[in-house]
Amino acid sequence: MPEAPGLQPDETVHDEAQPHQQPQHLGDAQPPFDDAQQPEASDTGWLRVSPKYVLVEVVGSIIGMLVFVGLALGAYFLLHWQWALWVAGAIALVSLVGIAFEPRRVRSIQYRLRADDLLFRRGIMFQRQVAVPYGRMQLVDITRGPVARALGLADLKFVTAAASSAVTVPGLPMAEADRLRDELVALAESRRAGL
Amino acid sequence: MSGPVRPQGVVNLADGEWHRLHPASPLLRGGLVFIAVIGFIIANLRERVIEIFLAIFAPESTAPIDAEYGEWQQDWANDPVGGIVVNGLVGWALLALAAVIIAVVIGFWLSWRMHTFRVTPEAVEVRSGILFRSHRSARLDRIQGINVNRPLFARLFGTAKLEISVAGQSANVQLAYLGSALADALRADVLRLASGARAERAQGAVAPAAGAVDGRADASSVVAPGVVAVPGTAQEPGAPAAAADAPAADGTGAGVPAVGAAGQRTPVSARAGALVTQRVDEFLAPELDPDLAPPESVVHLPLGRVIGSTLLGGSTIWAIILVAIIVVGVTTGQMWVLFSFVPAAIGLVSYTWSRITKSLRYSIAGTPDGVRIGHGLLSTGNQTIPPGRVHAVEATQWVFWRPFGWWSVRINVAGQSVSASGEAAQRTIVLPVGTAADVHRVLALLLPDAAAEVEALVDAGLVGRGDAGGFSVTPKRAAWLRPFSWKRIGLAETAGVAVIRRGALIRSLSLVPLARMQSVAVSVGPIERALDLATLRLHTVTGPVSALLPVADRTVAAALFERLAHEAIERAAIDTSHHWGAVPAPANETESLHVD
Repeated sequence: MPEAPGLQPDETVHDEAQPHQQPQHLGDAQPPFDDAQQPEASDTGWLRVSPKYVLVEVVGSIIGMLVFVGLALGAYFLLHWQWALWVAGAIALVSLVGIAFEPRRVRSIQYRLRADDLLFRRGIMFQRQVAVPYGRMQLVDITRGPVARALGLADLKFVTAAASSAVTVPGLPMAEADRLRDELVALAESRRAGL
Repeated sequence: MSGPVRPQGVVNLADGEWHRLHPASPLLRGGLVFIAVIGFIIANLRERVIEIFLAIFAPESTAPIDAEYGEWQQDWANDPVGGIVVNGLVGWALLALAAVIIAVVIGFWLSWRMHTFRVTPEAVEVRSGILFRSHRSARLDRIQGINVNRPLFARLFGTAKLEISVAGQSANVQLAYLGSALADALRADVLRLASGARAERAQGAVAPAAGAVDGRADASSVVAPGVVAVPGTAQEPGAPAAAADAPAADGTGAGVPAVGAAGQRTPVSARAGALVTQRVDEFLAPELDPDLAPPESVVHLPLGRVIGSTLLGGSTIWAIILVAIIVVGVTTGQMWVLFSFVPAAIGLVSYTWSRITKSLRYSIAGTPDGVRIGHGLLSTGNQTIPPGRVHAVEATQWVFWRPFGWWSVRINVAGQSVSASGEAAQRTIVLPVGTAADVHRVLALLLPDAAAEVEALVDAGLVGRGDAGGFSVTPKRAAWLRPFSWKRIGLAETAGVAVIRRGALIRSLSLVPLARMQSVAVSVGPIERALDLATLRLHTVTGPVSALLPVADRTVAAALFERLAHEAIERAAIDTSHHWGAVPAPANETESLHVD
């Protein structure tokens, strides 16, 4: 397994729980492209999603595992297919390994608000990093699944005119998701670009 | 039928008042089908109708016919007309028929009457519907393109369909149909308004220095009040003839009042003659107005190349496979093959045919208000893409085209349907087939801001490999993943345009103006990580072009990611091409820049 989740392994990572400098001025109507004067001031650094999000993923994985293992066991007991037992075992094993790596995968989900764009990265096997300028925002979407709601978490989706660049930051605490949404909308407003 | 409030050839439709469409519109949109159905019914019932009239006007001759049809005269399903006659319902039937016809005519008239549109400096608005009214408004600064289509039948009526596409699924505003010359004038007006040019400027700067399009738009708007006092309310019985005179005067503002005045007094026969002459002129006129674009910017397609390229295209291979399957199926007696594959073969033939016909009389030209693509022989259409609307361009060369040096160019523009249905897919093809020289010219038209810088990269991008032309180099270990094309894979960035070169069997050169790039992503899979490689993707609006740089060196990809992300923000901030008219075109004016 790789040592660091992202593409820049030497990057320092702040935890969501740790106190960090909240960018106070971002929502203001500052001129959009003065980052030459204040290059780092508005950079939040890499932020992680809530560790509780592991639970959401684990519950989802377990439900999926139970369904498929149940189907395979049903096939074994009702239809007496010998190989179904092996399939059930394989599914269970893969799911359990996946669940074991779940905390690691959730830790790899990181986002970062820079002066003019939102960076997002995730994945350990398949790593992906996206940079979306705030001015490209078409809408921000907050969704909450049942498990996430029970834990007070929400997913925030940042949508642009390009279908492939949709960025979903999962597992944000509800208040943080609301704050981030307002901040992103304000940022997009001050940096509006054409389509 | 009515005293139509008819917009005339010299009326400026973009004056902010509500206007109506061409009176023949309902007929062209749905009435033809109705007439065809009536004709079909009449043709089928002709014999019976003749008998009925015989029965009515010459009763003595009906005896043998009655004997012949006697056994199923009562069978309404077989012979409704006979049933009507026998039961003495002829009067009622005629009455019902008349009622239906009247209802349809009234429906058409109402739908025409209720279908109005206006063009204000901010938006194009359309109101339509009789019972369920709809009011659609499209902001001018969101216009992604304007299409003027002239199906064959509409051309016979001297009309055209104007379609204004804005970003968004099925968010097009359609004006079907308008007078042919009116549609052209309205397009010029809409483009002028969308360009951000202030109306006052365009009005004040009448003509001599301004471009051909501006000049024409101004001529119509300035002259209009001279001919009819209030454009929207001009009641005139001889309207068609007056409209017919308009194209003759089009663009030559001085001639309009005289001709228009004369048109009101000329006798009917002369007007009809003028109408026919005008239709013929329209039919023979070149699709692209020669005043509109400098000839050196126009690209044409020779017919031989169109046919040859289609025959050498990918569909030919499918055709061969299909024919082989059908032949084998028939010879071995597997008849089910016919049912499953013959429809596919028919679809393929019709696709090929439509591709050829759409490419006939193809022209692409640069005008002051964007790139204009025209095509079609009998049914013509043309598409205007205003500047700053092209999100990605790709030139591709399929391996069979390589000996001939043919390329095709496709683009991504916002508002295209996600599903690549025939019509929409057709619109993203800018150059169906052309030589490398044509690609040079088309790219210069599509990316006018960076034309000179991109020009230098095109040749290296189309056929080059390695670091020729300043492209990034792909390491040799990438050959594990891309054994054929790794030498060609590379990215160069110049003047705010990312140029990606890749592909060996299907050569491809994609260009993405960074000012319109939506986002950038870099991804690493397990195999790529083992080889220390990464894939860079440039996200643009949905379309046939996907700009990605596969198997780049990982550090190079990370550096490019940062650079492109930064450059995209900077370019987007300084980009004003979507308000292209706000840049002062004539030098002798004090220009108020459009600020939003």
